[in-house]
Parts: sequence; structure tokens; C-alpha cells
Amino acid sequence: MLDFGVIVSNFKFLIVQGLFGLGGFAGGTLRLAIPAIALGFVLGIFIGLARLARSRWLSLPATLYVEFFRGVPLVMVIFWIWFIIPQLLRLPIPEYGVALTAFVIFEAAYFGEIVRAGIQSVPRGQVEAATAVGLTGAQTMRFVVLPQAIRNMVPALVTQMIVLFKDTSLASIIGYVDLTKAAQIVNNREIKPFELYLFIAVVYFAFTYSMSRFARRFEGRVTA
Amino acid sequence: MNYQFKWSVLWSGQSGVWLLQGLITTVEISALAWVLAAALGILSGALRTVPWKPARALATAYVEFFRNVPLLVWMFFWYFGVPPLLPRAVQDWIFNHGAEFWAGMFALGVYHGARMSEVIRSGIQAIPRTQFEASVAMGLTTFQAYRLVIVPIALRLIVPPATSESLNLLKNSSVALTISVAELTFQTRQIETYTAKAIEALTAGTVIYLVLCVGIAAIMARVERRFAIPGLIARGG
Repeated sequence: MLDFGVIVSNFKFLIVQGLFGLGGFAGGTLRLAIPAIALGFVLGIFIGLARLARSRWLSLPATLYVEFFRGVPLVMVIFWIWFIIPQLLRLPIPEYGVALTAFVIFEAAYFGEIVRAGIQSVPRGQVEAATAVGLTGAQTMRFVVLPQAIRNMVPALVTQMIVLFKDTSLASIIGYVDLTKAAQIVNNREIKPFELYLFIAVVYFAFTYSMSRFARRFEGRVTA
Repeated sequence: MNYQFKWSVLWSGQSGVWLLQGLITTVEISALAWVLAAALGILSGALRTVPWKPARALATAYVEFFRNVPLLVWMFFWYFGVPPLLPRAVQDWIFNHGAEFWAGMFALGVYHGARMSEVIRSGIQAIPRTQFEASVAMGLTTFQAYRLVIVPIALRLIVPPATSESLNLLKNSSVALTISVAELTFQTRQIETYTAKAIEALTAGTVIYLVLCVGIAAIMARVERRFAIPGLIARGG
């Protein structure tokens, strides 16, 4: 009854197209996840810093941003971007652009919170000492606070990267051909849902679990 | 941008009813999934700390496998993958009784059970080991120690992370639209399809989610203060 041969015969489409995004479709889980993680983190640093800024004009919008995006589902944000950007720009945007924009905007709120918590974990005395030896505010941040804060952030950052990696499967809702969509496409032809979805579950697991293992080792090293 | 706003689409015609139905379905599926997730989370979270290796290994396998795979994949798996393997009569029964709702509820509950498990485990591990030793010294069995001492204390310690995890569950219930559960996001899309007023429809859905999340967070903040154990809560800031 169960026939895992379907995986073998569609292996190339599932992995090369679905996971890596090399093939006829502009797709790929990794091609979406890697830039989304990088850009989301960069935007998150700015949001985290803005939340801690002394100026109300920076901290209030950043706080609202974080609270807003943490209060709505990612699916909703994807639909927002999907409808709004073509309206604003008066031109159709490929699914890749929509998905990447949605992920960066959404995840930046979570990364921002991690950055904020990381910065707040650096003892106040460090800032005072840096100021006392004559560093400017920006220098203190760059040479004293951030290097220590980033170390403290690593476990939470990796967790969030894993979450983002899994969330990229939602891009399939708007038709982006990632691993999940690739499995759906194959399933429409082969009607082997159990085998196919179990297989991609294992592929996702292999990635996320090794990320979390790696993080745990890294964590041990930093504290030791 | 020359978009013609027409907010009245939200209360004229069927839209209001759809939104309300969507809200009810979202709350229903989330509440049922939450019960399942809490049960699985407490059970597996506790099992991960017991002094018996096979139980720990089983609970760890459940947690690691289920939380490391995207929820959407689990939705497809439980909705499309599993039913065809069941006996014909069971299949017919399921598909006559709202299969997508139950598959979605199950996927959501099992996935978040694994995530809840981590929260509960960290709560249990935050309890000083001596509590367990003292319970055993008083003559409680391991099961009694967990049921009467360890788990009750852990549950009071984990109110903040459990709240944020519960809100994640509520928000993630939107993924059930992919297997056509008529929850809030699904109804929002339906209004958009019927009225071609995307911004209005999405605004309505977004505001409802925000109100739900902010409301629950506010209530739980009070609960947290009420149930805090002095001296045992490590509060940030």
C-alpha cells in the first residue's frame, strides 16, 4: 500500500527544485530562507536599537512595530503584502518578492526583541566605563555593547532562525514553489500524500534539528 | 495609488456574519488544540525530566520531531496523508464530520504540544532539585511527587512563556486555512474574493487578531501576578 518509490522517482524535483530552487520555477526553500534570515536580522538590529533609543520618536514607532507584528499571524502579513504591494507600485510582483518582503518585515519584529533583550543583558557598568574612557555613544555600542550582546543572543537567534526556516513553508500558500509546494505538485500527479509529506517532514527535520544541535554545541563553547 | 476605499463592505451583505463565524471557528479550533497541546505538553514535558531513560527518550523523540517540522506540513500530513490509510468506514465517517476541522485541530495541538513541552520542561528544571528529593523523602512515589509537587509549581512558574506560546497557537490557527478550515483568515479572504476590497477585509481580520492577542496578553499579565511564587520567579528587567 505504501510506496516510497514515489520519493525516489521525484527526488530531483523535490530536492533540486523544491529545496534549493534550481530548476524551471523561481522557487526554493533555501533561496528564500537564507536572504530572509539575513535581511530580517539586519532590520531587527535597527528595530531593537530604536526600541532602546532615548528619543521617543524612535522608541515609540519601534515598539508599535514590534507589538503589531507579534500580534498578527504571519499568514495575514503575507496576504497584506500580496495585495498591497501591487496596488502601491501598480505592477505585479513575483511570489518570491512578496514572500521575502513579508518574511523580512514580520521576522524583524521578533529579531528586534531578541536584539533588545541581548543589549539589555549587558551590564550597565560596561556602558558607563566605555563613556568614562571617552568613547562616543555609537562607539560604545559598536565596540563594547554589541560584541557582548550578540554572544548572549546566540541561542535565541538560532531558535528564531529555525522558526523562520519552518515558516518559509507558508510561502507555498501564494504559489511560491518551495519544498512544500513541490511536494503538493508531485502529490497532485502521484496521489501519495502520506509518503510525500512524511518525506518533506524528514527533510525539514534534518535541517532544523542540525541547526539546533549546532547551536547547543556553540552555546556550550561560549559559556565555557 | 488610486484605491477606492469602501469600508461598508464589512457590514453590508454577508461579511459581518462571515467574520463572526470565522472568529468563532478560530476560537474553537484554538481552544480545542490548546487543551490537546497542554495535555501533551505537560505529559511529555514531565516525562523528559523523570529518572527513567526510555520515558525520556520517547518524550524527546516526540518533541524534537514534531516541533522541528513546519506546521503547514503537519496540516497536509494529517489531512491528506493519514486518512487514506484508515479503514474505509472510518474515512467516510471522518469526511462526513468536518475532517478538515479535526485534522487541523489535531495538527495544531500535536505541534504546539511539542513546543509547550519545552516550556514545561524548563519550568520543571527551574524548580530546585531538593523539592523532588524532599517529596520522595516524605514517602511520595515519583508519580505522586510529580502530580502533587513538581507539576503544580512548574505550572505557576511558566505562566509568561506559556502565555506567549498559547498566543502563538492562536495565531498559527490561521495556517488551517490551507486545508480549508473556515477560520478567521479564511473568511477574510472570502470577503476579499466576493467584494474585491482587499484592504478593508484584511484590516478587519488583522484588527480582530490584534484585539484577541492583546486582550489575552493583558488578562494573562494579571494571572501572572496573581500566581507568581515569591522568590522563585526570575523576572527580567
